[in-house]
Amino acid sequence: MSAILQGAGAATALSPFNSIDSNKLVAPSRSSLSVRSKRYIVAGSDGTNNKTFASSSLIARRSDPLIPNAVATKADTAASSTSSKSGHELLLFEALQEGLEEEMDRDPHVCVMGEDVGHYGGSYKVTKGLADKFGDLRVLDTPICENAFTGMGIGAAMTGLRPVIEGMNMGFLLLAFNQISNNCGMLHYTSGGQFTIPVVIRGPGGVGRQLGAEHSQRLESYFQSIPGIQMVACSTPYNAKGLMKAAIRSENPVILFEHVLLYNLKESIPDEDYICNLEEAEMVRPGEHITILTYSRMRYHVMQAAKTLVNKGYDPEVIDIRSLKPFDLHTIGNSVKKTHRVLIVEECMRTGGIGASLTAAINENFHDYLDAPVMCLSSQDVPTPYAGTLEEWTVVQPAQIVTAVEQLCQ
Amino acid sequence: MALSRLSSRSNTFLKPAITALHSPIRRHVSTDTSPITIETAVPFTSHLCESPSRSVETSSEEILAFFRDMARMRRMEIAADSLYKAKLIRGFCHLYDGQEALAVGMEAAITKKDAIITSYRDHCTFIGRGGKLVDAFSELMGRKTGCSHGKGGSMHFYKKDASFYGGHGIVGAQIPLGCGLAFAQKYNKDEAVTFTMYGDGAANQGQLFEALNIAALWDLPAILVCENNHYGMGTATWRSAKSPAYFKRGDYVPGLKVDGMDALAVKQACKFAKEHALKNGPIILEMDTYRYHGHSMSDPGSTYRTRDEISGVRQVRDPIERVRKLLLSHDIATEKELKDMEKEIRKEVDDAVAQAKESPVPDSSELFTNMYVKDCGVESFGADRKDLKVTLP
Repeated sequence: MSAILQGAGAATALSPFNSIDSNKLVAPSRSSLSVRSKRYIVAGSDGTNNKTFASSSLIARRSDPLIPNAVATKADTAASSTSSKSGHELLLFEALQEGLEEEMDRDPHVCVMGEDVGHYGGSYKVTKGLADKFGDLRVLDTPICENAFTGMGIGAAMTGLRPVIEGMNMGFLLLAFNQISNNCGMLHYTSGGQFTIPVVIRGPGGVGRQLGAEHSQRLESYFQSIPGIQMVACSTPYNAKGLMKAAIRSENPVILFEHVLLYNLKESIPDEDYICNLEEAEMVRPGEHITILTYSRMRYHVMQAAKTLVNKGYDPEVIDIRSLKPFDLHTIGNSVKKTHRVLIVEECMRTGGIGASLTAAINENFHDYLDAPVMCLSSQDVPTPYAGTLEEWTVVQPAQIVTAVEQLCQ
Repeated sequence: MALSRLSSRSNTFLKPAITALHSPIRRHVSTDTSPITIETAVPFTSHLCESPSRSVETSSEEILAFFRDMARMRRMEIAADSLYKAKLIRGFCHLYDGQEALAVGMEAAITKKDAIITSYRDHCTFIGRGGKLVDAFSELMGRKTGCSHGKGGSMHFYKKDASFYGGHGIVGAQIPLGCGLAFAQKYNKDEAVTFTMYGDGAANQGQLFEALNIAALWDLPAILVCENNHYGMGTATWRSAKSPAYFKRGDYVPGLKVDGMDALAVKQACKFAKEHALKNGPIILEMDTYRYHGHSMSDPGSTYRTRDEISGVRQVRDPIERVRKLLLSHDIATEKELKDMEKEIRKEVDDAVAQAKESPVPDSSELFTNMYVKDCGVESFGADRKDLKVTLP
């Protein structure tokens, strides 16, 4: 199974599907941090088999009492697979802020740096209130020099700090490409493992509402070739908080892609501490006829199209791939083996985008299971125009998704 | 050179019998740590700060250590030159001979808690930080026992336990990294400083000024050291910089211009800079130095400068010769002892080369190691929170 992961080597360090043994609870070990106890809630398969355990260094504990109903997730929750009935409701940017704040509370090495993240509260309010709580040294307002402050974050990470570097818009991080590619991605390798770079680089990207070409870039396609980094894209408040926390805790450099238009999504998320697996895809809607792979904002276009498709009698399986590098070929593969048809819907450009790589990966690994060629719907290879109607036509719309599915399912 | 001595003279008459018991190279004076004060040949020039005093406190032991370390570095670089020509070292190889005074002078003023980060001309800085010769040669030849396990090469030497952060190939990219190291030192309240080294070529990079601005704004304990060897690859400083006074280009950041061929002057400047940075934030040190080799092994080094210039500097300003004269005039060692020391060092280097040549190359499984760090055994759950999906490896 591990051979199907992109690049045999990635499997050795990141094979999430080899040891699935829920009986073996191993607490996280962090040699550079002091031991702290934190309760993690584990949700059992039917909502009643809950265990809680405190994490102390390297001791696996199984004897703690069960707390029923700590997570009131009903087994038959319909529609959104990520909502829970208890918990609290918030917007996506608040979920990110919550995740960030919890991690900063938990670990004094976590700091935030970026433009206007401190006193201003963040241009999208993700870091609102953090500067007041943690002070100027942990929430740093940088001058406008992406190259320098990204490099500084990476240098600080080499000594053990865990900076969260914010690009006010992902497009600005092109100025820091050298630091991200050469230093962030490669230092762990070229130093023979001496240095780890536990940074998180995050920011909003994607096509917004008439923001113009330079502020509507999708950088995931430019960064995907950089060896040594991980890329994830969040799409709901639930996975935004979970991915943010997992990214901060990860020892590898992680680029977290947020979307400008998704910041005000509202959802109810659990009260207790949880993280989302960085390398895993999310099953949004199980189905039988066709696998639709998507991420970030296009997930919502796909779900909208799915409503129409269901009315027309189709049963699409929708997967939010979440992990853009490496791809979760385990989940994707299982789906392809079931449905035999794949449609990829993405917001990247057609040329050299995430969809292009994913198409290649699926063809390489699951060719025998496909009944039809993999179809990929992407944005047009044009700079995003300002005019609203033109901008609409740049990205994939639900109607196009419906047509594509009908075409594939003939 | 104006010399003033305090106490060492009298020691030469003490206990001659003991000399015979030690190895012939070690005289009792060579381990003498009683202070000697020596004046630097060239005064310091400063910008927005006071110059440090020209009188450097040192000792016989220290000056002898300078000689030994610089001779070792010089021999290492020359050995690397021959290995490159024998095609045992491939790719890029940037040699530091001529600039050794910088590496040893800096080490004399700081501790291993202070961090150093430099560019691709890093072999001697690595040795200065305590790196072993055999590790350096193994890495240059791409062997498994190299300091980066053969995966970095000439431009990527690192030594984490000695706070040596490399070894960077892209010109100037290490400067923001260095300011990040200084930031971490301030964050952790380490009371240590970071020496961020770059060349006269990199001094024209925008990221230098970006990082300098942040360092000055946040009072980071960063010392930016410009190793001005007067040529950015093939371009002389007068052709690449409108203002070649690199120590002044920090504008609002104080600077000091130092004779980089004089190990004692370098030591004094670094000591001064460390005290300054811990109290007042960043400072720029411009080290006036020279490299005998070309930019790298693929550059003969004579198309943009004359051989007379190179040999001229070698005769007048060579750092090792300067220290040798100091040792002889202060009677710390005799001519013969120094020659024997050099022979011993030559043998040491040759042995290291031989040992490195015997080391194995990395096996093919190493291609994929150290891409990612194995994450801790955290559990994570599927999107519907219904079952445990996976334990992260």
